[in-house]
Amino acid sequence: MQLDKKLIGHTFKPFTTTVEAGKIRLFCKAIGEEDPIYTDEAAAKAAGYRGITAPLTFLRALQADDPNKGGLLRLLNVDIGLILHGEQHFEYFAPVVVGDEVTCQEKVVDIYDKKGGALWFVVQEMEMKDKAGKLLAKGKGVTVVRNPDAAKK
Amino acid sequence: MATAPKFDSIKVGDQLKSLVLPPVSRHQLALYCGGSGDHNPIHVDLDFAKKFGFKDVFAHGMLSMAFLGRLVTSWVPQKQVRGLGTRFTSITWVGDVITVSGKVTGKREANGEKLVDLEVKCTNQNGQDTLQGSATVALA
Repeated sequence: MQLDKKLIGHTFKPFTTTVEAGKIRLFCKAIGEEDPIYTDEAAAKAAGYRGITAPLTFLRALQADDPNKGGLLRLLNVDIGLILHGEQHFEYFAPVVVGDEVTCQEKVVDIYDKKGGALWFVVQEMEMKDKAGKLLAKGKGVTVVRNPDAAKK
Repeated sequence: MATAPKFDSIKVGDQLKSLVLPPVSRHQLALYCGGSGDHNPIHVDLDFAKKFGFKDVFAHGMLSMAFLGRLVTSWVPQKQVRGLGTRFTSITWVGDVITVSGKVTGKREANGEKLVDLEVKCTNQNGQDTLQGSATVALA
């Protein structure tokens, strides 16, 4: 298996999603987060937020709302069982709250291998903007692809 | 809800109060699968995980990163968080007990804000770091 470095620079189609209270509630249950700013509008507003707030790493869940989800794996022609998450970074410019319509766009910024091609690394950058086009957050993720051929050698 | 500490009262080397989490359970991974929209079966389907060479299912890296987020927002309100990032350095298995810890590594001013840089990490019950990350928060 070898990944095509010509895919560096590939830009995915942007998509827009609406931030939903129910999804945030389930996310908080999963991570054990109990601060009411994530579930109760009055508590969120009392704490100075515009509304029920998306937790810091919920942005990745918003990315998963992409109607073309799985685009990276299809682009690379890689099975989902071979990937691991190598790194994730977010920069925050403004809180994202329930009801916001956010637009996400991702692009591939680097592809490289280590250990003689046993592991491949795909670096993606993401921008998330509000309806007015104001930048809410930036993300950078590294996906690690385990080369299934490496174990056979 | 966190009440932010003051910039002037913070010193490099200050430790945040650690979080010790309940053991990671299969139920939690199922909840996170639904809650995060990350439906990769490797985290919830034992047959699938074995087919790809793993002894068991394992936690989503982003579940542990959410724990880093919880640590930071237990220290300052979320609206003061400017950045959070991590490397996923080892796999978190079902049953692992994760401790989330953090300390101040720097203080600086940028973009008209007083910023504090933190080292944040997740460590398992064997003392092995599973996430090695950093965060930046703005303090008054």
